[in-house]
Amino acid sequence: MMAYKKRHDNRAVDETRPIIAKAGVIKKADGSAYFSIGKTAAYAAVYGPREMHPKFMQDARRGVLRCNYNMMPFSGMGERVRPGPNRRSKEISMVTEKALLPVVDLDDYPYAVVDVFIELPQTDAGSRCAGICAAAIALADAGIRMKDMVAAVSVGQVEDLLVVDLDYEEEAHEEGDVADIPLAMIPSTGEITLLQMDGKITKENLLKAIALGKPVLQRIAEIQRKALKEKFDNHGDNNE
Amino acid sequence: MNEELKEHISECLKSGIRLDGRGLEDLRNIEIEANVIETAEGSCRIKCGMTEVIVGVKLSVGTPFGDTPDDGVLMVGAELLPLSNPDFESGPPSIESIEVARVIDRGIRESKVIDTKALCITKGEKVWMVMVDICPINTDGNLIDIGSLAAIIALKSATFPEMKDNIVDYKKKTKKPLPLKNFPVTATVVKIGSNFIVDPTEAEEKAMDSRLTVSVTADGKICAMQKGGNEPCTIGDIERMIDLATAKSEELRRHIGG
Amino acid sequence: MGLLVKERSVVVPGEVLAEGLDFLPSNGTYRHEEKILANQLGLLVVDGKVLKTIPLSGRYLPKKNDIVIGRVMDITMMGWRFEINSPYTSLLSMKEGSFDFIPKNANLSKYYALDDHAVLEIIKVTSQNLVDLTAKGPGLRKLKGGQIIKVNTHKVPRIIGKKGSMVSMLKKATGCKIIVGQNGLVWVQGEPKSEILAVDTIHKIESESHLPGLTERIKSHLEQTLGIKIEAEPDQPEEER
Repeated sequence: MMAYKKRHDNRAVDETRPIIAKAGVIKKADGSAYFSIGKTAAYAAVYGPREMHPKFMQDARRGVLRCNYNMMPFSGMGERVRPGPNRRSKEISMVTEKALLPVVDLDDYPYAVVDVFIELPQTDAGSRCAGICAAAIALADAGIRMKDMVAAVSVGQVEDLLVVDLDYEEEAHEEGDVADIPLAMIPSTGEITLLQMDGKITKENLLKAIALGKPVLQRIAEIQRKALKEKFDNHGDNNE
Repeated sequence: MNEELKEHISECLKSGIRLDGRGLEDLRNIEIEANVIETAEGSCRIKCGMTEVIVGVKLSVGTPFGDTPDDGVLMVGAELLPLSNPDFESGPPSIESIEVARVIDRGIRESKVIDTKALCITKGEKVWMVMVDICPINTDGNLIDIGSLAAIIALKSATFPEMKDNIVDYKKKTKKPLPLKNFPVTATVVKIGSNFIVDPTEAEEKAMDSRLTVSVTADGKICAMQKGGNEPCTIGDIERMIDLATAKSEELRRHIGG
Repeated sequence: MGLLVKERSVVVPGEVLAEGLDFLPSNGTYRHEEKILANQLGLLVVDGKVLKTIPLSGRYLPKKNDIVIGRVMDITMMGWRFEINSPYTSLLSMKEGSFDFIPKNANLSKYYALDDHAVLEIIKVTSQNLVDLTAKGPGLRKLKGGQIIKVNTHKVPRIIGKKGSMVSMLKKATGCKIIVGQNGLVWVQGEPKSEILAVDTIHKIESESHLPGLTERIKSHLEQTLGIKIEAEPDQPEEER
């Protein structure tokens, strides 16, 4: 087998797959968005702030952010995904919440909840990052006060290459060290709000991979902001 | 339901007009796009008014049921995603989503649109399983008719994945379509007061007295039905609802093509 | 240095609006080091040295003296609980429910039944976001017939128009009764066709209100649809956004 010196789809190491972002795609939601990167696509809808049920989960100091990540049954690369929550989706929901929480200001909404529903119609790796990108746009679209967007992308290593936005084929690469590192960042401060990794990588390469991702995350944040602005072009009516 | 609003919708219908400006028997504009999901073997995105649904078909190999050893398996699921509507809740499927799935399932199953015998790989051991999942993105009523139409188009767009040494390779799709014939179309008629309407919006569904869903085969026979709503219907009502549903099913059938 | 974004443009969270120390942050903006950034989706307003935004979205937060439209969601010993399209529900006590004396064991459904809609005024909002309503006041009442539509709360001032000019033009042109709640619920009642036109026009105002020339556009929309001429109301400069 040839060493992995060039990406299988000819992308530059710091090049993401094509991104499409739209705000306001779900009419009944208070805020919503669509974000796709290559063949990975995510919808996010924000409902709230609204009354929090169950009541014991209410917080008297501030509103609660509650995220829910879900793959549609036909969205996986292999067999049908059984509908409903599982351990994986619960964990991703939790890390998504934690990725977004640092920018979101819910102090005005004690006892209330802001629900974020993320649905993946189609995935090809990087689905939690796409979900976070969509969710950040949707939260802004819902008029939630937030000091910045949160942009997310995976970075990592595929054999000899440090790359951004691994697709499934790269994640599943079997030669050499392969590492997949989902990363989320607050663009204005450069702080990291999501960091996970599986695979194998040296500390040096990890830091290099993160450094490679930083400017990419800035570009993604620009795409997110542009999506919000575009909603108000042509009569502000993105839904018809 | 707010009685005042129900009364109001009913009053409007008497003058032959609906709250969104449609006539009683007008369908909303429908847009269809097939093969929108690459991870599915077949798929369809449908927009009807404000309602928008994605349907995906997954194929896999499994064991047949004991009483039908040489028949493939069909499964239809629907989830009223809380993403699409503030009234839908997370958690186990609600009775509403179960009804949507079951009624769509019945229309497909009973029309015999899928030749399940042709899905048999090894009798009693291996058959193809066809799993149709209906996921609404935006909801504004009539999920049954819209989901049914999308399910048929998704099935029509589906092709088998490659199978090597009895293992499915989902990355490689063949050009072989599913064994389909005689497509069914499902149409629902809703009764509010003394008026009958088709393609109801969410507000109209909330105001309905009764509902009849009728699945019609290509040769014009009825293959499945479901009465809904809390009020009873007279036989005369039912006859009228079947006539209207059948007429509308022909209109909807044009979207299936060939 | 200085202002980086044009006044009245749509700004989004994290967008850098100005650099240097010439400007001060206010609603919807904040300072981070030497920059001022937006922290809410909105339209940028430059008020002297102050940078603030007018929100374009977000749910209604109850405010004292607001006229709102609510729906009865529960009837309790104390009165009625109303859903007012906000994160917080609100209470209409027996005392505030009617000018008439309501005896202790009265059937409260006679006044407001479950799912009834009413126009009410907010008389109190506590720090815990408990909201008290009254039905005693001019124009406050139970709503009969008609339909209720939901609009973006932040567009309510545009639907009402300056001194009520927009909504009165709409009422006059369509012959509909219209009540606009500050909480983004609008009640419309009229002949079916005019009601549909009124609802349609309200949604048009909602989606086009950030674009200039709104009153003119809405006026000609109504004129064209109805085939009539609407007399210009006096005193109608372009409204405040």
